[in-house]
Amino acid sequence: MAIASKAVSPLRVVLTGNPNCGKTTLFNALTGLRARVGNYAGVTVERKEGTIAGLASQRPVRLLDLPGTYSLSPQSPDEQIARDVLFLQLPEVPEPDLVLVVIDASNLQRNLYYATQVIELGHPTWVVLNMVDVARENGLELNGPRLSAALGVAVFPLVASTGEGLPALRTALAHEAHRAGPPPEPRSFTELSATFGKEAETIESLLETELPERKRLAMAEAVLLLSDDRVLNTHAGRYPKAIVDAIVAARNRLETAGVDWRSAAIEARYARAAAIQMAVTTEISPPGETLSDRLDRVLTHRVWGLLIFVLIMGLMFQSLFTFAELPKSWIETGVNALSNWVESSLPPGDFTSLLSSGIIQGVGSVITFLPQICFLFLFLSILEDTGYMARAAFLMDRLMSRVGLHGKSFIPMLSSFACAIPGLMATRTIDSPKDRLVTMLIAPLMSCSARLPVYTVLIAACIPSRRLFGIFGLPGLTLLGMYLLGIVSALGMAWVFKRTLLRGEPSPMILELPPYKRPAPLVLIRHMWERSRLFLRRAGTVILAINILLWFLVSYPKISESPATESVPQTNQMRQSFAGRAGRFIEPVLIPLGFDWKIGIGIIASFAAREVFVSTLSVVYNVENEKSGSPSVANLANTLKAEKWPDGRPVYTPLTGVTLMVFYVFALQCVSTVAVMRRESDSWKWALFQLAYMTGLAWVLAFLTYQLGRLLGWS
Amino acid sequence: MNPPQPLSSLTPGTRGVVVEIRIPAEHRSRLLEMGVLVGTPIELVRYAPLGDPVEIKVRGYHLSLRKHEADLVLLRVNS
Repeated sequence: MAIASKAVSPLRVVLTGNPNCGKTTLFNALTGLRARVGNYAGVTVERKEGTIAGLASQRPVRLLDLPGTYSLSPQSPDEQIARDVLFLQLPEVPEPDLVLVVIDASNLQRNLYYATQVIELGHPTWVVLNMVDVARENGLELNGPRLSAALGVAVFPLVASTGEGLPALRTALAHEAHRAGPPPEPRSFTELSATFGKEAETIESLLETELPERKRLAMAEAVLLLSDDRVLNTHAGRYPKAIVDAIVAARNRLETAGVDWRSAAIEARYARAAAIQMAVTTEISPPGETLSDRLDRVLTHRVWGLLIFVLIMGLMFQSLFTFAELPKSWIETGVNALSNWVESSLPPGDFTSLLSSGIIQGVGSVITFLPQICFLFLFLSILEDTGYMARAAFLMDRLMSRVGLHGKSFIPMLSSFACAIPGLMATRTIDSPKDRLVTMLIAPLMSCSARLPVYTVLIAACIPSRRLFGIFGLPGLTLLGMYLLGIVSALGMAWVFKRTLLRGEPSPMILELPPYKRPAPLVLIRHMWERSRLFLRRAGTVILAINILLWFLVSYPKISESPATESVPQTNQMRQSFAGRAGRFIEPVLIPLGFDWKIGIGIIASFAAREVFVSTLSVVYNVENEKSGSPSVANLANTLKAEKWPDGRPVYTPLTGVTLMVFYVFALQCVSTVAVMRRESDSWKWALFQLAYMTGLAWVLAFLTYQLGRLLGWS
Repeated sequence: MNPPQPLSSLTPGTRGVVVEIRIPAEHRSRLLEMGVLVGTPIELVRYAPLGDPVEIKVRGYHLSLRKHEADLVLLRVNS
């Protein structure tokens, strides 16, 4: 029996619909949270797939949740995926046996616009009329059978969040798996004008001969190709030249005839959607103000809206910065303890060192990010699932658009104060690829939590604790200055990138403000875990590999055994190592910044992670510290204060301190960020560009700081 | 009959019908696909706290667009 059922190929069902139509809720209700989450090849679009649980059918039913989309003329990578799957143009997804279009009963016209596009494709299609309860609350009663007659497909009215009406859909799915229904009749919901219709037919017959494998889709594809002005810019290569030429010629003829080929099909379809809505809707009570409207009165209010926004962002920032700090320190302590245990219980040697300093510390540096990543994803899920994310973009768009960014860039930038890695991952909510890339390029300029230990030590060592105007402490002001410098330069660089490298048509921000929803806690947690696991798998491997490489650079070549004191060899080893040699090698580049080769070692080693700068300096300067504990800031600061150049001048002057901090504001001293950037931009090109521009900026600005400071007579 | 006015010049709560969309053709398609077409009734709901973007109600749902685009959507206000 088990063998027989294994041999049966599953019924492949694809779930599609507008954003915010409750598609994901339905997916979870059908699959019972047993989804497999991955990515589509080459893009960071989430791919969710699962088997429908507990169906009375021998044949398994596989459900693929496509990204939400407003139309089959895609405007974002997400929408492109949905379009490609439905047009059978994504090799990794086989042809669906059944398409489920989810439509939001409380927002019928726009949802019908998309649903009719999908029905026209001619796949076996059912319509799920979701959120009939919300429609009822809004005073609208919808007639399912009448909608089914108008659309020519089966309609299942239900409420995915409560399960109302779900059994009927499950029974039908089990039945369909047993014996598929007849293929649907071809249908069209756009009454095209004679002129437009004739051109569409020409393209259709060309498509049929040129692409016979997609014959069934030809009419729908012809209308889309004619109306979608982006398709020839982005995907002309997908079509034979004869078709591209025919489309261009047809558009020209339509323009001469005075037909707007961009809007003709859209207008015809909306006219039909409106007519269908009229025919199936009964107003049972006059439309009043909904709960969502009342919430919006407060949450987008001139004063209260901004205040609440600041509070929510403050809470989110605080949780990334503070609450995540506790589990993070547990993990760090645990990793250090494990690494010390390995060191003390295995015989000393290369293998032990690789295990404790390379592998364990490497794995450790990956999982120490986990608490922050989890918190961030939890917050993002809450913001998205409640519908507040769109309001945040609505509130912040004005500010962000000043530098050419999108309202949605705000949250990734804020997250980057905690850590650039969750920040980069949070850019996934930005639709426009260019805006997303600009946001990713500048996000690491925000001072992350790993810069804080560096700032702290340098301020303690270099900045005199004087008071300014009696109230402001100079150390605190310096710290604030570094954070502000990061923010200002991030916005400035965004402005520069939007005008140079990533110049493009300003993407109009057309954003739906969906009704607020109550999020389901289980779904939130599940969501958080899925995304965090993806981070561990994808970025973790690269981070680990580079950490092992850095361990090698610090540990080799070995110096010969010398009868030295206990602690000196460590310092000598550092000096002898590849990293140490590199430090001395790059000294000429560092002298104009006022840094010596020891600082150079710190900079090189801290490429693993910025906070490593502090521990490296303690090794370089051989600071006594309690065994296994982290070096105390005060001890290190005192040692640094005493450090002299060969001619007797102190190395760590206030000017050096500020210069070094400026360097750390800009330099991309973080392999993890590079690895994640490579993943999220799906190219080494942008990851290396980011590394290059930030390092270049760091050097130039550190140089200017140091030289200007000297000119002004500071030392 | 009222003369056409830019969407962005209306006060919150005003309703009207779209009479012309002056957004360049190549940037217009998404707005059209979201249901903002010539002849569509629209209500201006509010401006964002910083004055931009604007929130409108169209075909029963809420949509936000920047003032830059809202300047180019002309409405005839219901009298």
